Amino acid sequence: MRDVAIIGVGITKFGELWGKSLRDIFVESALRAIDNCGVKKIEAMYVGNFSGGLFVGQEHLGSLLADYLGYAPIPAIRVEAACAAGALALKQAFLDVASGFSDIVLAGGVEKMTDIDTGEATYGLAAAGDREYEAFQGVTFPGLYALIARRHMYEYGTTREQLAKVAVKNHKNGAKNPYAQFPFEVTIEQVLNSTVIADPLRLLDCSPISDGAASVVLCPAERAKEFTNKPVKIIGVGHATDTIALADRENITTSKATVEAGKQAYKMAGVRPEDIDVAEVHDCFTIAEICAMEDLGFVKKGEGGKAVEEGLTEIGGKIPINPSGGLKSKGHPVGATGIAQVVEVVTQLRGEAGERQVRNAKIGLTHNLGGSGGSVIVHILEAI
Amino acid sequence: MVTAVKVSKTWREIPQRYRLEANKCNNCGKIFFPPRLICSNCKSRDFAPIKLPKEGKIYSFTIIRTPSSEFKDYSPFAIAIIELDNGVKLMSQVVDCDFNDLEIGTRVKLVFRKIQEDGSSGIIAYGYKCVLVKS
Ligand SMILES: [Zn+2]
Repeated sequence: MRDVAIIGVGITKFGELWGKSLRDIFVESALRAIDNCGVKKIEAMYVGNFSGGLFVGQEHLGSLLADYLGYAPIPAIRVEAACAAGALALKQAFLDVASGFSDIVLAGGVEKMTDIDTGEATYGLAAAGDREYEAFQGVTFPGLYALIARRHMYEYGTTREQLAKVAVKNHKNGAKNPYAQFPFEVTIEQVLNSTVIADPLRLLDCSPISDGAASVVLCPAERAKEFTNKPVKIIGVGHATDTIALADRENITTSKATVEAGKQAYKMAGVRPEDIDVAEVHDCFTIAEICAMEDLGFVKKGEGGKAVEEGLTEIGGKIPINPSGGLKSKGHPVGATGIAQVVEVVTQLRGEAGERQVRNAKIGLTHNLGGSGGSVIVHILEAI
Repeated sequence: MVTAVKVSKTWREIPQRYRLEANKCNNCGKIFFPPRLICSNCKSRDFAPIKLPKEGKIYSFTIIRTPSSEFKDYSPFAIAIIELDNGVKLMSQVVDCDFNDLEIGTRVKLVFRKIQEDGSSGIIAYGYKCVLVKS
């Protein structure tokens, strides 16, 4: 395998983009990534998308998006792993370049979720879980994470306030991110008094329904300096699956796929959790960030809530998590999220994150999780 | 959303929805609900059919207050992961209860109920929900 570098990144504003279609936002992000590195051609593209079918009634996105990007007839592949579709697109693009099959490859992610009402979007999101044995009974995605939160509180004494602190911290970071859907701060009181969605989770524990897209351009590491003086190498890739149904897991407070994907990525990169300078983890709900921190080895199992409370995960803390604002504040256009995380870590490793810059960030990690943990992809990136 | 589901789907799911039919690996003893063709634990393909026990306890629970479109008439409702007495866990609504009586560890039993009313296809889906066991 060849070493692979990320040479260009591009992202759209996340939010309710009523004036723009799925194809519009994808192309906007892809053009930004292409302009960011100045490549003259793309040889192949991978697009992460969760459910064009349920959200806008559009499948066959590989062809559509290659066409509108003006690059047909290049091969274009749409990949899906629920909310981890974006990171999966990056993994497949990585393999394409690492194998020597292609040189310049684009990996993007896109979701358009606000063309339908919330009830329909909730129905669509339920497709990321087990339709026949979870959604059939009436459980929603916030419901699944509420079950995890309740059990985590029961087993480890995690508190309602600690969950709220995750949202407060991520909004504080997102307030400094011009691409964020909700770039404003919230207080613990506001989180604790927001509408209950699925007890014990409230509105401000949940990532929003969003439109958005993000793209990156990859090339062999040895060619990276032709296009940029700040390339970032992909040094670790981990990818694992778990039962699709939450109830089928021995213990719902640990994501086995996160543990496994993390182990693979750390091993490939030759680094340990304590070597990570900055991480973007999948905080679709506040409890998810706490579980991810624990399962990735940043803190011991059960100590995630305490670590958040003590400020360890703030931008100036020991292990800064979600400096972008995370899914919570930045927004969660499902298929775009995995690539948006990579865009943030690359921006951090280039030292271009402005007000939300983590000092001396050299090695970063992204953790993208699909469904309630059925798919997890972890990437480790290093500035070269 | 997919509403025009044919009768064949509802009919196919009757053994699990109505009768809690599962299967048990004859090699390692792991139980699967719904039944599977290969054991994820030991890779055996040798299974015996079994029925799940009807009683168990709440492993975790929540109250759904923002339901998906097909459940909006039922909101708010309680849903839980139930750990049955043989260790199998499943997702089920908890009905006919005061939400304040729900706790991890509370005893429940599965009952036969209507799950979803007919959509555009005219099918009413039945299945299991659970109620609290009065001590
Ligand atoms: Zn077995």
